[in-house]
Amino acid sequence: MLKALQLEPEKCTGCLQCEMACSFENEGVFNPSKSRIKVFNFHDEGRFAPYTCSQCAEAWCMHACPVEAIVINPKTGAKDVLESVCVGCKVCTIACPFGTVNYNADTGKVAKCDLCGGDPACASACPTGAITYVDAEHTGLERMRAHAAQSIPKA
Amino acid sequence: MQHVVIGAGPSGVIAAETLRKLQPKASVTLVGDEPEAPYSRMAIPYFLVKQIAEQGTHLRKTADHFAKREIKVLQKRVEGLDRAARQLTLAGGDKLAYDNLLIATGSRPVSPPIPGIDLPGVTSCWTLADARRIAATAKPGARVVLMGAGFIGCIILEALAKSGATLTVVEMEGRMVPRMMNDTAGNMIKDWCQEHGVTVHTSTKVNAIEKHGNALRVVLNSGATVDVDLVVSATGVRPNIELVKDSGIATDQGILVNRQMQTNDPSIFAAGDVAQGIDFSTGEYSVQAIQPTAADHGQLAARNMAGQKGALHRGCVNMNVLDTLGLISSSFGLWMGKAGGDSAELLNRERYRYLNLQFEDDVLVGATSLGLTQHVGVLRGLIQTKTRLGAWKDKLVADPTRIMEAYLASTQAVGFNAGVLK
Ligand SMILES: Cc1cc2nc3c(=O)[nH]c(=O)nc-3n(C[C@H](O)[C@H](O)[C@H](O)COP(=O)(O)OP(=O)(O)OC[C@H]3O[C@@H](n4cnc5c(N)ncnc54)[C@H](O)[C@@H]3O)c2cc1C
Ligand code: SF4
Repeated sequence: MLKALQLEPEKCTGCLQCEMACSFENEGVFNPSKSRIKVFNFHDEGRFAPYTCSQCAEAWCMHACPVEAIVINPKTGAKDVLESVCVGCKVCTIACPFGTVNYNADTGKVAKCDLCGGDPACASACPTGAITYVDAEHTGLERMRAHAAQSIPKA
Repeated sequence: MQHVVIGAGPSGVIAAETLRKLQPKASVTLVGDEPEAPYSRMAIPYFLVKQIAEQGTHLRKTADHFAKREIKVLQKRVEGLDRAARQLTLAGGDKLAYDNLLIATGSRPVSPPIPGIDLPGVTSCWTLADARRIAATAKPGARVVLMGAGFIGCIILEALAKSGATLTVVEMEGRMVPRMMNDTAGNMIKDWCQEHGVTVHTSTKVNAIEKHGNALRVVLNSGATVDVDLVVSATGVRPNIELVKDSGIATDQGILVNRQMQTNDPSIFAAGDVAQGIDFSTGEYSVQAIQPTAADHGQLAARNMAGQKGALHRGCVNMNVLDTLGLISSSFGLWMGKAGGDSAELLNRERYRYLNLQFEDDVLVGATSLGLTQHVGVLRGLIQTKTRLGAWKDKLVADPTRIMEAYLASTQAVGFNAGVLK
């Protein structure tokens, strides 16, 4: 069964362990600005919300790519960016309505969450259980995704 | 069922693949007139700077991709359309029958009426063939004039400058990318180009191109002249609608389609650069001529050709992203704003940072950004979901960079996130 990242902002304390783990796993550096998961800080309310790609079924990024550089990983179901194919045109970064594909000027390519190939470092690093890697049908998650998808009409 | 798709660009290819997926037994034929494997024009700039080889521009990377899916690919120009007989005439005289036809013939560059525009050494930058020609000349030390600094012009600009040529850009309008950016952003891009060694003349016309020894002399309306080895023309594009001329198919700027991507002939559909589809923001029919729209159209048209119910065209958000010598810009929807609406703006000229948001009531309807690479897509998300921002609108007016927080707080209202961020 496919698994997915479950994000529970109410458990997040804003420690940024996930961003550190992500950037180290994927870029080899401890640099939150290179992380594919991002913790948003609602300072007025003293709240935090981790957020990343939900591997949505619509895959807006994948369909917009002009050179087939984004493909579905058969093992994880994630939409993976093939760095060797990506030309860095950034069309996917404006096509993704969730804002979860980002351009990296250092590499000239885009980066997005690929679930670390099936063992997401952010989930392992999160000390509070705000990020867990669970069966995709786990309660709530499908609804969350369905909500995200429904809210955007297909062209 | 015989589906025929004319045009092997992104729109046609996606349509053919979608048709195959939805109707495993139908016959699907893709006819394209370029002597290439189906490729993406968008990848041309990266081919020009040798970041990729020609193969890297191909829409599908394996040689047997179409054969494996039993999509028949013909490299022929379609020259005639006989609606009564439901039949096409191909170059050379062969006939091709269809039950459902998709016209995805794209657009082509317009040639401005300038003396000398037909001289060798003057070219557009639209096809792989053009790109090969440009790559052969635009080398370090070469001198190049780029006519037109619209969206396509600016994309080529980056590639031409990177190729090491000495580049002069001539744009008729008062700013760069006039149909994608406002004055502030268009002029910041111009300043950036000048700082990076590209000469940009705005509000300037090319009056003539003359042969001058082995070179070309470009005469500007200011009287100044520029001697160059290559002139690249990027002064706009026009939909390829000639095929349906006199056929009774309704056209305006492009081929008119309804919410099923269907023309006024129920067995003929249109998609991509050639189609005048719905603009999400205005609700009006217009030619957007951008890749994401071509992809969406292709898929939608195919679903309707396969008889799927409810696959309705609800409009595409017009959006563009540009990288001009490292300065990344984007614009979405009604970036110019809407009468009666209001806006939020953040500007830092020295650091080339700009973010302009346009609202109608508390809904985001358009945006322009410079120097923003993180979470840009959420601008599209907010526009297309017509999310009511409520209290977040004022927070965005105070700090437009909080778009992602505004989005999360306004949309993640179910499941585990219910109420948490309200
Ligand atoms: C250099 C360059 C850079 C670009 N960069 C971007 C970008 O960054 N972002 C973006 O959104 N868009 C970009 N575009 C625009 C984008 O490429 C087009 O919007 C897209 O290609 C449209 O796809 P299409 O399938 O509708 O048409 P096309 O890709 O033009 O394909 C149509 C095909 O049909 C063929 N054809 C036409 N008439 C006939 C006929 N009678 N018989 C048979 N075949 C026929 C044509 O030769 C062509 O091969 C760029 C374009 C260029 C040239
Ligand atoms: S930036 Fe790369 S992955 Fe994204 S659309 Fe362009 S080529 Fe595809």
